[in-house]
Amino acid sequence: MSAEAPALELRGITKRFGPVVANDGIDFDLRPGEVHALLGENGAGKSTLMSILYGLYHPDEGEIRVDDQPVKVDSPSRAIELGIGMVHQHFMLVPVMTVTENIVLGGEPRRRGGLLDVREGARRVRELSERYGLAVDPDAAIEDVTVGAQQRVEILKTLYRDARILVLDEPTAVLTAQEANELFEVLGALKRDGVAIVFITHKLGEVLEIADRITVLRRGKKVDTVPAEGATEQSLARLMVGRDVLLRVEKPERAPGEPVLEVEDLHVRDDRGLEAVRGVSLTVRGGEIVALAGVDGNGQHELVEAIAGLRDAEPGGHIRIAGKEVCGRGVRATTDAGVAHIAEDRQLRGLVLDFTLAENLALREYRSPPLSRHGWLNIGRMNSRARSLLHEYDVRGGSAGTLAGSLSGGNQQKVCIAREIASNPQLLIAHQPTRGLDVGAIEFVHRRLVAERDAGRGILLMSLESEEVRSLADRILVIYEGQIVGEFPPDASEEELGVAMTGGGAGRSVA
Amino acid sequence: MSDERDREEREPGPPLIGAEGGPVAAQTPAARLAAYVRGGGVIVPVITATLAFLLGGLVVLLTGNDPIATYEAIFKGTGLQWLFPWVTGEDRTTAALNLQQTLILTTPLILVGLAVAFAFRAGLFNIGGQGQYIAGTIMAVWVGSSFSGMPGFLHIVLAMVAACLAGAAWAGIAGLLKATVGANEVITTIMLNYIALWIGVYLFSLGGPLQNDRDPNLPVSNDIVETAQLPVWWGDPVLQGLHIGLFIALAAVVVFWLLLNRSTIGYEVRAVGLNPDAARYGGMSVGKNYVLVMAVCGAFAGLAGSLDILGWQFRLATNDIQTSQIGFLGIAVALLGRNTASGTVAAALLFGALVSGTSQRNLDPSIFEPELASNLTLIIQGLVVLVVSADVLVLGFVRRARWLLRGRRRAVKGAAP
Repeated sequence: MSAEAPALELRGITKRFGPVVANDGIDFDLRPGEVHALLGENGAGKSTLMSILYGLYHPDEGEIRVDDQPVKVDSPSRAIELGIGMVHQHFMLVPVMTVTENIVLGGEPRRRGGLLDVREGARRVRELSERYGLAVDPDAAIEDVTVGAQQRVEILKTLYRDARILVLDEPTAVLTAQEANELFEVLGALKRDGVAIVFITHKLGEVLEIADRITVLRRGKKVDTVPAEGATEQSLARLMVGRDVLLRVEKPERAPGEPVLEVEDLHVRDDRGLEAVRGVSLTVRGGEIVALAGVDGNGQHELVEAIAGLRDAEPGGHIRIAGKEVCGRGVRATTDAGVAHIAEDRQLRGLVLDFTLAENLALREYRSPPLSRHGWLNIGRMNSRARSLLHEYDVRGGSAGTLAGSLSGGNQQKVCIAREIASNPQLLIAHQPTRGLDVGAIEFVHRRLVAERDAGRGILLMSLESEEVRSLADRILVIYEGQIVGEFPPDASEEELGVAMTGGGAGRSVA
Repeated sequence: MSDERDREEREPGPPLIGAEGGPVAAQTPAARLAAYVRGGGVIVPVITATLAFLLGGLVVLLTGNDPIATYEAIFKGTGLQWLFPWVTGEDRTTAALNLQQTLILTTPLILVGLAVAFAFRAGLFNIGGQGQYIAGTIMAVWVGSSFSGMPGFLHIVLAMVAACLAGAAWAGIAGLLKATVGANEVITTIMLNYIALWIGVYLFSLGGPLQNDRDPNLPVSNDIVETAQLPVWWGDPVLQGLHIGLFIALAAVVVFWLLLNRSTIGYEVRAVGLNPDAARYGGMSVGKNYVLVMAVCGAFAGLAGSLDILGWQFRLATNDIQTSQIGFLGIAVALLGRNTASGTVAAALLFGALVSGTSQRNLDPSIFEPELASNLTLIIQGLVVLVVSADVLVLGFVRRARWLLRGRRRAVKGAAP
């Protein structure tokens, strides 16, 4: 394989944003039929490099070569012409249009008179999807298919445009374990067909599973390119972070106390009015981490929103925080009763990006002294409190007056976590607390959650990462189609959990 | 790398606003505005106004007049040369009179500007300043012309408070509709403008319930009681000198700033404006805030109406209501002033001067037909709105040009060796 000419070569790519060097003389090559993983922490420069490849940014220095020819990629359309396809993490699809319509968008097959040839489009889509095992229904509307299927549509979109170089930007971040495995099978088929694949990620496990070679970036520089064979999670983590990282969470035995959250017979409807949570009862005690595991879309989202007071439950159910009924009382009453909620999406909900960090850190407590008195804010207090929290949670890249939007994702998440824990809750809901974070930041968040558990708080953890669930949780509840279908100890095997999460088998009870 | 990626996806190509590679959150109008204010500073509104005046000059040129002479005459009409110490004698006296007129017009413009700006900070477009202003004038003229014998100070305060409440209630309707059934506030406030207008015309027209008692042939209200008139502090009360309303408007600016930046109400308003989802997550009621914000806006606009009535109009005729444009000018004021406290004052002064300077009384017919001159105000007003709305684009073009230029330089450098 090594004798083959590279399908793509980046030589000495440098990109500066003002004083910040996002990419510093990066070399990267990609052979036909290989999966080359691009690994790095948040802000290491992976996305910038790929944006340059896709014509979204222009390099300040360096050269791009496709099939041994120097090329100038000055726009995404030029990139597509060159056979480069990109699948972004956030999909670029039109929800109300069908799979076929989305795929042919921009390159529609036409009949005479300029009419769209739907049948020809659907035929080509079906042909491509069969060839690579990308199962999709060409006539289904995008909004009706799963996230995994939407991703397959994105891949089909690039193949429809004859892409030979496929860039996948953190493709598994939105997928369940099963869907990720399906994706890996598809990538295998593409590889065999000679498609060259760049796989951007910061998840070590899957890199070892899927990649042939791995290039690690750190702070805009290439650290090394290594073959996947012989690499270990530890060795990659060291390359990424530049130090040894604790991949496993160390936690002492739990000492559960009084129940802080009691949910009884809760029914919740989703945005479409369908019953998403169908009679859930659960208890979280102080001093324990209870994880809610499940395939995305099985009601955990609605359940969390109901517990946090953001969504109304059907009458008849109960949510009690430390014995106090809060069901249907709204966010404020729920917060006052002692619930903190690390939101699933820090940018959409957890933060006001155009607020300063001091303002964001006040979001839970701006109404009460000392942050405000008689309706007037105490700006000095807000700032001094922000400074101490930013210090305590090691938030880098900003001070109290910095806008939240200018921080990196990991630091934004630290701000959210700092705020929620600072409100001194009885129950801490952690919804995907490490989503999009690099290993260093994940380590920090995990340690902090365990510390809060040991301090006697109850923690309800929601995560799509089964690794995270099993390493953090004291008990695992599996939710399937809006019901708790089983309870597992943290040492349950991935298979056991996987079966329960997809509706098979009965749960094992913890003593 | 999630947040770096997010940025790139929001803004393919050169970033429009903000530092290059910086975040550009564009979820709500208020968030867009925040980004835009950061990107442009104070320079952009100045360029905007200049551009609008240049285009206005082009229009003057097309009508066959001399734009420079016209603008010079307009400037003379504003009375702003009173500020120059070298203007003396009779010129100074005339300038003082003109400047008083300019400031009389500036006073309500500040307030209707605030009415639009406050809504904008909460992510709402208040196009209803006009209707809220009319509600305020109606209430002020009714209170001011009734209750004769009341102590003057109390009477004035009562009339102003009543006008604020009327404006607040009127705007609150739009807020309530938005909060409860999700009706778009742009549509509802526009419709409420018409309703206010025609209610006003009905009230004071011949045979209307509030028509004056003296002359049944005049569609006009009763005069307000003399003791309820605002005191004049500069110039001659008989010659329509400057009343103390200007200070009330400036006090309202301070209130606006404090409310927005130092109160928990303002914190909620800004949070709702920038990210309603985060506001809800923080325990705020977004709907309640919509109603509150609109009510505050209406209070500002209603106060503007009362100052005009108590300060210099003293009565309200049906054709006053029908020809008034002040609420709409408020939109241009707020846009040019970037919805900030100080910006609104500056923009209100600009438009006050423009309206005053183009009034028939001030413009020499040999330079520009006075009948057309007030239309020039409208044209410049429209141009400002247009250019302001477009100057996000202007900014974008500047960046794009710079970016292309760099690309070319790079290409040249690459070709040289």
